[in-house]
Amino acid sequence: MADFDAIVIGGGLVGTAVAYGIARLGRRPVLLDEGDIAHRASRGNFGLVWVQSKGIGVPEYQRWTRQSSDTWADFSKELLEETGIGTGHERPGGVTICLSEEELDKRRRLMEQLHIEAGETNFDYEILRHAELKKMLPAIGPDVVGASYTRYDGHANPLFTMRALHAALLKHGGTYVPNARVESIQAAPNHFVINAGGQSFAAPRLVLGAGLGNKALGEMVGLDVPVRPVRGQIIVTERLQPVLPIPTLMMRQTVEGTIMIGESREESGFDDTTSPEVIHTLAQRAVKSFPFLKNVRIVRTWGALRVMAPDGLPIYEQSSEFPGAFVCTCHSGVTLAASHARYYAQYVMDGALPAELARFSTKRFDVRAAA
Amino acid sequence: MSAVHDLAIIGAGPAGMAAAVMAAELRLSTVVLDEQPEPGGQIYRGIERLAATRSRHLELLGPDYALGLELTRAFRASSIEYLSGTQVWQVEPAGRIFYRRNDVAGILQAKKILIAPGAMERPMPVPGWTLPGVLTCGAGQTVLKANGLAPKGRFVLAGCGPLLLLLAAQLTRCGIKPTAILQTTFNRWAAAPHLLGFLGAPAYLIKGLGLLRELKAASIPIHNVSRFAIKGDTQARAVEFVCNGAARTIEVDTVFLHQGVVPNSNLAWSLNLDHRWDDVQRCYHPKLDAWGRASNAAVLVAGDAGGIVGAKGAEFMGLIAAAAAAVDLGKVGAEQAEDRTRDAKTALNKQRAARPFLDHLYRPEQRWIAPPEPDTIVCRCEEVRAGEIRRLVTEQNCPGPNQLKSFVRCGMGPCQGRLCGLTAVEMIAESRGVPVSEVGYYRIRPPIKPVTIGDLATLDVPERNDAVHM
Amino acid sequence: MFALLPDNPFERITVHVDGNTVGVPPGFTAAAAMLLHGASSTRTTPVTGEPRAPYCMMGVCFECLMQIDGEPNQQGCLVTVVEGMRIERQLGKCKVDE
Repeated sequence: MADFDAIVIGGGLVGTAVAYGIARLGRRPVLLDEGDIAHRASRGNFGLVWVQSKGIGVPEYQRWTRQSSDTWADFSKELLEETGIGTGHERPGGVTICLSEEELDKRRRLMEQLHIEAGETNFDYEILRHAELKKMLPAIGPDVVGASYTRYDGHANPLFTMRALHAALLKHGGTYVPNARVESIQAAPNHFVINAGGQSFAAPRLVLGAGLGNKALGEMVGLDVPVRPVRGQIIVTERLQPVLPIPTLMMRQTVEGTIMIGESREESGFDDTTSPEVIHTLAQRAVKSFPFLKNVRIVRTWGALRVMAPDGLPIYEQSSEFPGAFVCTCHSGVTLAASHARYYAQYVMDGALPAELARFSTKRFDVRAAA
Repeated sequence: MSAVHDLAIIGAGPAGMAAAVMAAELRLSTVVLDEQPEPGGQIYRGIERLAATRSRHLELLGPDYALGLELTRAFRASSIEYLSGTQVWQVEPAGRIFYRRNDVAGILQAKKILIAPGAMERPMPVPGWTLPGVLTCGAGQTVLKANGLAPKGRFVLAGCGPLLLLLAAQLTRCGIKPTAILQTTFNRWAAAPHLLGFLGAPAYLIKGLGLLRELKAASIPIHNVSRFAIKGDTQARAVEFVCNGAARTIEVDTVFLHQGVVPNSNLAWSLNLDHRWDDVQRCYHPKLDAWGRASNAAVLVAGDAGGIVGAKGAEFMGLIAAAAAAVDLGKVGAEQAEDRTRDAKTALNKQRAARPFLDHLYRPEQRWIAPPEPDTIVCRCEEVRAGEIRRLVTEQNCPGPNQLKSFVRCGMGPCQGRLCGLTAVEMIAESRGVPVSEVGYYRIRPPIKPVTIGDLATLDVPERNDAVHM
Repeated sequence: MFALLPDNPFERITVHVDGNTVGVPPGFTAAAAMLLHGASSTRTTPVTGEPRAPYCMMGVCFECLMQIDGEPNQQGCLVTVVEGMRIERQLGKCKVDE
């Protein structure tokens, strides 16, 4: 049996960020991962570090997202220094493109609500009409009516971020064990023994960062994690010379030059294939937004399963039955990576979640509490 | 969308053409989609045009190639719908087929899908293999057959396999003599136990010996080499190799590489068909029953895409699979199908029995599969090198090709892993010390052929605005 | 790099390879026209700018991506030439017209 300071289950962006964060504190985490093929939301990620549209009606979420987004540049710099791997993070601001007056009106109302709910955090935004937007994004087509803009938005390469997190974890003395699907958990307060991939691991702390797997894993340590898959489909093109200087909610140009187009939302169970109907609709919207895309060739499309709570918010909780067991799950693994590494890891090792994360507790799913 | 076809055949090489002829005889409404402007596949590439305009070249290319004429004639005469110049970019397991033809995207529907995309040449990642002036032997043969083009100046053929010798002989007959043949693999002892099966299809032996005799008569040296690299700045200038312990250099203008063929598998992978690893052929094969039925009920596979069988074998497989589709669709009884395919099955078995000898004789050694030099490019599109892959597996515990793809973009470029997939999985298996079957393969997603965003935007399918909102 | 064998039929189609007006036999692909009349390298990669040229001639390797009639990133080995076709090398990432 191998002893560690913490066991983190799930080698995606969430689990790896937390594990890296723990290692960064000078503690010894082990990161348990499945094999090469799993429901890996992190590999299908769109790569936005996005603030606008997050947390409408839930100011706590807006603040948590914003905090991570504000931390990202420093987080990225640290990863580069430690591993030599660039995440491709940029924060040039971002826009949500609207193709009708109706969409733009709706957008304006949402942004105003975010602005009001932000309170003293402050949330600056602009609603741009076509002509103003064209100065920022000259490639927009005549069907674009306008857009909302905030300076807080940005993007990163999610795959390079993953690789950098993995490398940084190892550099700080963390352990990564692939092909280690969890077979059993023996839980006692602040003492967990896990059998996975034919090996045993023990630690006083346990973090469930396994995305959709957290539902079943949570039950083993007294945590109710009602996550379900919501499929997103994404298109990626050939590499082009720079043409989109800032990311939009549906389209962004990566540092390599490819353009990513996403992302859809559907209930499709665990089916992570693509459907021509949804890809068609995405492509239609993309061409309306940026007509030059019409002649651009696609290299790949893919579907990936978001990890979604009933209310769409992250779930952060410590088990009351087995203190020391934490769950960390969300559908914004890129945006929140900085906070997961910098803050959530610290909370786990401190053994308590702060009041500012209370809104993300599993207590909100308690039927009696809601009634 | 037009009427639903009984059978859609993807590929008009020997397997696809033979399947089409049989399907038409069994009265299946059949559509054949193929990428090339003319039927024939790679093996009979350009045969119709060549026979019509350059009949002298037909003789130089040899009798095996001329055999294709008979099949293309039967194919042309059969009552099927043939869509040439058509790239299939997505096939849904339920039978919807998306394609692009004359720059327009189209959709058709079929009850059964027979995929016959043929073979491609096994990647041969050696130092310098990305330099201009380095082509595959298949490419050399394609331009010879389809275009009457031959290399200018000095050239060598390097690697192993029947095609290497065949191309050398074909060019020699045209008066274009290779400087040398550099043979990387020739496992006579491993092949010897399989000689009996090989002799069951004596044509192979006669042809093989004939080629060797021809090359010898033309004084073309065949060197067995233990090291091989291509040197050059902006194009291939020389090859360096070790032969009988001595290092040698030959100046060249062109290099043709070849080390056998493997299934052209992206379509099968994109359909999530079950595959198994063939350790002798060193490639994955889709799992098929004796008739060519794949793990997906609507899909059949024929020809080299189902495991390398050669042109004649492919023809038999196509015919058998078409009969199976007819049985499954209730167009003929099982007994009648047995009757109609009995001869083909016997002939196919003979072809198959001859394979192990060739497969062992030319089974590339590890160094030609998993390049030992760290600087050798593995993924040509994204320029990922061998050293980086090894480092990721040994230092970062990268478990498989999909993690590798995520981490360093290996297999993420326009060729969608076709030219690096087998190298990547073999290298990961080697570094992890596990069999390749445990490593898996890239997850291949549509579109498997290039389409534009405009094609998708104008596709004739319902919109899903409910799933795509701001 | 490549030359036509003797006994090729005389018929020619006129195309423009990197700005030079040349003749190729009917049935040629754009990539074959490049092998006959073009520079040794037909593109530079969008990753590091390495020179590349047609490799497989059967549509699987994507090394023969070139500009055809102004349209970038075309697989030259799958496009049959027509009279007046403009076939050009492609350098690095392709540029889009906004």
